[in-house]
Amino acid sequence: MYLTDRSQPAQADPGQARRRGPGRGVAPVVLVLGTVSLITDISSEMVTAVLPLYLVTTLGFSPLGFGTLDGVYNGVSALVQLTGGHLADRIRNHKLLAGLGYGLSALCKPLLLFAGSIGTLGTVLALERTGKGLRTAPRDAMISLSTPAGNQGRAFGVHRAMDTTGAMLGPLAAFLILRAAADGYDAVFGVSACVAALGVLVLVLFVPGKAKENRAAEKESRAEEEIGPDAKPPVRLREALALLRIPRLRALAGCAALLGLTTVSDAFVYLLLQRRAGVGEQWFTLLPLGTAVVFLLLAVPVGSLADRIGRRTVFLAGHAALLTAYALLLWAPAVPAAVPLVLALHGTFYAATDGVLPAALSAVVPEQLRASGLAIVGTSQALARFCCSLAFGAAWTMWGDGPALAGSAVGLLCCAAVAGMVLRPAGGHR
Amino acid sequence: MTTTPTPDAGPKATPHTTGNQGNQMTSMRRRLLVLVAAVLVLAGVGTGVVLHAADRADRANQPHAGYPTVSAGRLSLGQKSRVMFVNAAPGPHRTAVASVPSTDPDGSRTASSLKCARFYAAAGTGVCLQSNPGVLKQSNRALLLDADLRTKRTFPLAGTPSRARVSPSGRFVAWTVFVSGESYSSAFFSTRTSILDTRTMRLTPSLETFSVIKDGESYHASDINFWGVTFASDDDTFYATLNTADKTYLVRGSLSRRTVTTRVENVECPSLSPDGTRVAFKKRVLSRTDLWHEYVLDLRTLRETPLAERHSVDDQATWLDNRTVAYALPTSGNVKTTDLWSVPADGTGNPRLLIAGASSPAPL
Repeated sequence: MYLTDRSQPAQADPGQARRRGPGRGVAPVVLVLGTVSLITDISSEMVTAVLPLYLVTTLGFSPLGFGTLDGVYNGVSALVQLTGGHLADRIRNHKLLAGLGYGLSALCKPLLLFAGSIGTLGTVLALERTGKGLRTAPRDAMISLSTPAGNQGRAFGVHRAMDTTGAMLGPLAAFLILRAAADGYDAVFGVSACVAALGVLVLVLFVPGKAKENRAAEKESRAEEEIGPDAKPPVRLREALALLRIPRLRALAGCAALLGLTTVSDAFVYLLLQRRAGVGEQWFTLLPLGTAVVFLLLAVPVGSLADRIGRRTVFLAGHAALLTAYALLLWAPAVPAAVPLVLALHGTFYAATDGVLPAALSAVVPEQLRASGLAIVGTSQALARFCCSLAFGAAWTMWGDGPALAGSAVGLLCCAAVAGMVLRPAGGHR
Repeated sequence: MTTTPTPDAGPKATPHTTGNQGNQMTSMRRRLLVLVAAVLVLAGVGTGVVLHAADRADRANQPHAGYPTVSAGRLSLGQKSRVMFVNAAPGPHRTAVASVPSTDPDGSRTASSLKCARFYAAAGTGVCLQSNPGVLKQSNRALLLDADLRTKRTFPLAGTPSRARVSPSGRFVAWTVFVSGESYSSAFFSTRTSILDTRTMRLTPSLETFSVIKDGESYHASDINFWGVTFASDDDTFYATLNTADKTYLVRGSLSRRTVTTRVENVECPSLSPDGTRVAFKKRVLSRTDLWHEYVLDLRTLRETPLAERHSVDDQATWLDNRTVAYALPTSGNVKTTDLWSVPADGTGNPRLLIAGASSPAPL
């Protein structure tokens, strides 16, 4: 069975030619990792969907201030990502680190049941985010390392589409459980824990481990150094830091951060839609679904497009879509099509950037430092977005939502122009 | 090509299996077997957990010993000397709006067919906030009720019901909900407070459209949240909680001028006394913890009096008369239901159990 026992680049796999559909031309590992993400996202979104309800109706909390906490957690998650990426390269075992991350998040699900106060709940949620931070870079590195350079966009597109599918199925599962059992939040958490455990198990069973992953690399090292298979010198922090001396990586990390500084967070986009486009109260919670559907549908085709016409072009076009969404929000025309259009542009932005950025890194970062490189770019983007949330909130406070959005739009335009210049094709890279 | 079995492939995938292909096949078959077994076990556990919760939900709908009897009947907001509330006693009438005579709150309860998460009523106007889990989203609604608890108008709500109030005249209705954008990258919480003029049926969807005067100056911020409105008898003045920059304030608002002005810090869920001179409120004991103590604030002298209740009160209190306030506390040993307690409004005396298994009191 070719599904997982091959780790060579996909073009060397005779099974590839037989497959059809969106998975065609994508390494089996990517499909397995996509499945793990799909299952894990079902699990975590089940919890996310009912958490506010649980806090308010069962624990009697006022969940104010959670927004701030959430920002802090995202910051922590971004920094943990750096650690996870580097450790994965250092011990040369991406699967182990990813498994630890998925495992930690899975362990947190049943713990939610025993979290009766905001303090313990905050701790459990922080641990959950730590798990997410740990697994992101090693997982993306495995996708990146198992896919030939010309297919990276498509591979990440497939992964992100599967991931988003899980994110959409999660709330559905949660509400089906609550329908079967009134106030059955413990049942939601319990089922979520089972689903998360299944995700970890699929990873453990079907993702090739260290031995296979590095087989090709080890063959080389053995030929050169004449030492045992695992005696390759470990990657040191110095080497990971030396990554920053690669001009192309610096450019990508810098541009990701620069653009992240002007990317208004999802929550604000939905709030702006609500206020400026007059979305009815009852539709408010459905807005993220609109973005997710478009992201899900476009992730694979846009990823393939990036492989063909250049990742830089698609990445910048994604930000152009976001800029158009800002413009629409600023203009706020009183037509019913405005809201779906903004959501479609927002989803397109994710489809054209979320998987395309790591895809672009494959040509830049050496294999043995792939996870570190992905983590550096991912972290700089996440931290920049966190700063943007704080700045956007402050600007809204001082000048109102219109000027804050206009400022972001102008900033995004400038940053996109700079990124377009900096990321100009150099030395044959696209 | 030699295939080294991964350490995770199961203990039985030993390297001495003959032949490469055979090794791979066995290893894959074993892994699939492990997966199937795990799926069966996890599906079993998951089903068990859901069935257990469903069974518990069913049992909650069976009457329990230790609570007064609840019988179905017709309720009217016109009845005098009664207290209405949302019944939390286990049984078929759980979450139904019920009433007891105010002289005999321990007596048998009459329950209507109306089920609510929050309820309030005054002068022939009622409001009922409902929350029903749906497949794609929760469906939350506010029902405007006439004196016979018939629905006059339905309003969609943007989130989970939190507080509800009706002005003493019955003309204005206010409600607060918790809003959460279910974004898959961030949880986002805020409150939204709406005010309805039942005479013109004009709805102010969010108090955040009112202008805010903080410490004497016009104030703008994106992080403003309002909750817990209480109305004065002049059909213009109201009080509420304003939260911004991690601080809460008591605000005094004017419905006609559409403004609110901050008065005192660290005041949440105000409740105006019938004579309009004092406000009962919950005061956060320690910042960043969910511990509150119930106080009464004299609006003229701004003197705060702690009430005799020693438990943390997370409710918008209700004045039963000018000397007594009532509030809900979690039933001891069961956080999922609440009991109604009352305590003298001057800081003296002791808390007294008013109605077991109840929330959202509304004295008629």
